[in-house]
Amino acid sequence: MTGLLVIEQLLNGLQFGLMLFLLAAGLTLVFGVMDMINLAHGSLYMVGAFLAAWLVALSGSFVLGVIGAVILTGLFGMALEYGLLRSLYVRDHLSQVLATFALILILNDGVKMIFGNDLPLSAPQALAGSVELLPGLHYPAYRLLILGVGLLLALLMFLLVQKTRLGALVRAGASNREMSIAMGVDIQRLFTIVFGIGAALCAVAGALLGPLLAVQVGMGENILILAFVVVVIGGIGSIRGALIGAILVGCIDTLGRSLLQHALREVLPPQWASAAGPAIASIAVYVFMAAVLALKPQGLFPVRA
Amino acid sequence: MFKPNRSTPSTLSLAVAACLLMGAPLADAADKVKVGFVSTLSGPSSALGVDIRDGFLLAVKLNGGKLGGLPAEVLISDDQFKPDVAKQLFEKHIKRDKVDFMTGVVFSNIMLAALPEALDNNVIYISPNAAPSSIAGKDCNPLFFAVSWPNDAYHEAAGEFANQRELKSVYLVAPNYQAGKDSLAGFKRMFKGQVVGENYTKLGQLDYAAELAEIRAAKPQAVYIFLPGGMGINFIKQYVGAGLGKETTLLLPGFSADQDVIKPVGESMAGLFNTAHWSPDFSNPANQKFMTEFQKEYGRIPTLYASQGYDAAQLINAGVRDVKGNLANPEALRKALKAARFDSVRGPFKFNTNQYPIQNYYVRVVGNNPKGGGLINKSFDQPILRDRGDAYVQDCKMKN
Repeated sequence: MTGLLVIEQLLNGLQFGLMLFLLAAGLTLVFGVMDMINLAHGSLYMVGAFLAAWLVALSGSFVLGVIGAVILTGLFGMALEYGLLRSLYVRDHLSQVLATFALILILNDGVKMIFGNDLPLSAPQALAGSVELLPGLHYPAYRLLILGVGLLLALLMFLLVQKTRLGALVRAGASNREMSIAMGVDIQRLFTIVFGIGAALCAVAGALLGPLLAVQVGMGENILILAFVVVVIGGIGSIRGALIGAILVGCIDTLGRSLLQHALREVLPPQWASAAGPAIASIAVYVFMAAVLALKPQGLFPVRA
Repeated sequence: MFKPNRSTPSTLSLAVAACLLMGAPLADAADKVKVGFVSTLSGPSSALGVDIRDGFLLAVKLNGGKLGGLPAEVLISDDQFKPDVAKQLFEKHIKRDKVDFMTGVVFSNIMLAALPEALDNNVIYISPNAAPSSIAGKDCNPLFFAVSWPNDAYHEAAGEFANQRELKSVYLVAPNYQAGKDSLAGFKRMFKGQVVGENYTKLGQLDYAAELAEIRAAKPQAVYIFLPGGMGINFIKQYVGAGLGKETTLLLPGFSADQDVIKPVGESMAGLFNTAHWSPDFSNPANQKFMTEFQKEYGRIPTLYASQGYDAAQLINAGVRDVKGNLANPEALRKALKAARFDSVRGPFKFNTNQYPIQNYYVRVVGNNPKGGGLINKSFDQPILRDRGDAYVQDCKMKN
């Protein structure tokens, strides 16, 4: 185990965490501001990835394809909010879970009908190789791009929520919805905009992860569970919580699969280490979530006091 | 409130008993063959089941809608990737529809849950895919025929290929569950070199960056993975993206390098080695016909799953034909099936005493389709394993 490998694994964890943040950011806003459990959030991620794969092939340009997919998915999210989800806000959580679960099934088979079971999506040729960050530390160029975009969007989201009027309305809605309605906030329009932003962020994650992960029907459900873990750890409705939570989850997951295995091999007999290591790695994130909830039941950065 | 009638349960069980009694063999000259086909046909894992179904139906269609000279009725249903649903569908097809054969299931865990319904009711099950080691060995059953390949056969073939290439060090990756461990055991059974690392990952894992960094640090000559479905696609994409392909050979089981993986991964699949019992370029006449007709019918290149569905229908056809349509004598029918007198698209094929196949396994490499239109597998001329059975047959106590 060398220092370089540790740095590489930390970068991997950070990169995975930033992608989780893009998903969790939309989820936590929808959950926090609208008090709406949207299980179909992962489906928007799938829609974004499929649109990106389709548009990249159509336009021949990776950048154009991704931008197009982000815009279209954002619009699709707003249409979805306007046409269907709006009527669910007044319902209880069980109705929301049922309706959005139905939406998962419908979107899965809808995407399958339009695009087929899967689509190819590769990284642009210019980013195919790896970059030597430090002597002896080669890191895939494409993962660096994801790191950069993730950090940039995290910064933009922070500025949007903390420094703009829209952000103030979102924060007001998250901390006390009734009061902000009473203060004259056009909550309907706000929700549509927030939902559109959440969907667009999903599409960024889907499009950027497309070259690393299978662009296939059902891809959203896998990653949605981790996104919910991030939201719960960070505190429902908190963008800052989503960012910190996502990076923590990404790093714990990645380091659990690498450094922890080496550590176990040092202290345990080999047959124990080989049995315990993978088992611990696969539950590490959930153990962490349980620990956070035991100490801070509202998550790390609770929005409502 | 609705109150259940106390007499309902007993009336119901009487009715059920009556139905069961009527289910006894009718006459010796059957007027048609009924096949119950249960497979995963919806949801993310449906591509495999759809290919098995399409292969099966193609064989029936090319046979003029008949199996063994009798009109064929294929009852298709979707197990939704759920073992309990599959079990109910088996029960329905067997008890209500009174099918002569059951077939179709893709996944071992689903098949193992549903299979007792067939075996306990004396219905023959023809497996077009799942072939777990338990049924090859101690749990072998006269009513179970695997027309596919034993679950660890591809991994054994890959281990032998690593020997042939004189690879000294291999790194292994599989999900942390029983099938993952069994698969790597199959590879290690054959491989004579050193296993420098074994990494058991999470089931359904998305990101393999941590594992790829470990592999780069371990510097093996080759990497072998057992990562079915989306996991394999994710791994291969990231492996190629990390530039590991230049330093280290990636070996794959055939199902991780078939059309259903080639399409989502794209160009970077080119040049990858994998092992399978069938390849689209086999020149035997049965396969030539299968390849032409499948592409004509469905407009896509078949996967090995499609070839297995096609062969499953061919096996039923041969069995029914050889008993001259007399389905009332199960012993004769079973013997006819076991003889397997059909031209398999894979070439030489026969059943072992445990009714698992004895067949050849080939190394394939992904390359440009000579007929145009993307990538396709091409097999080496010589099989890597010849007339290979399985490692469990000695535990099977079946007489004949």
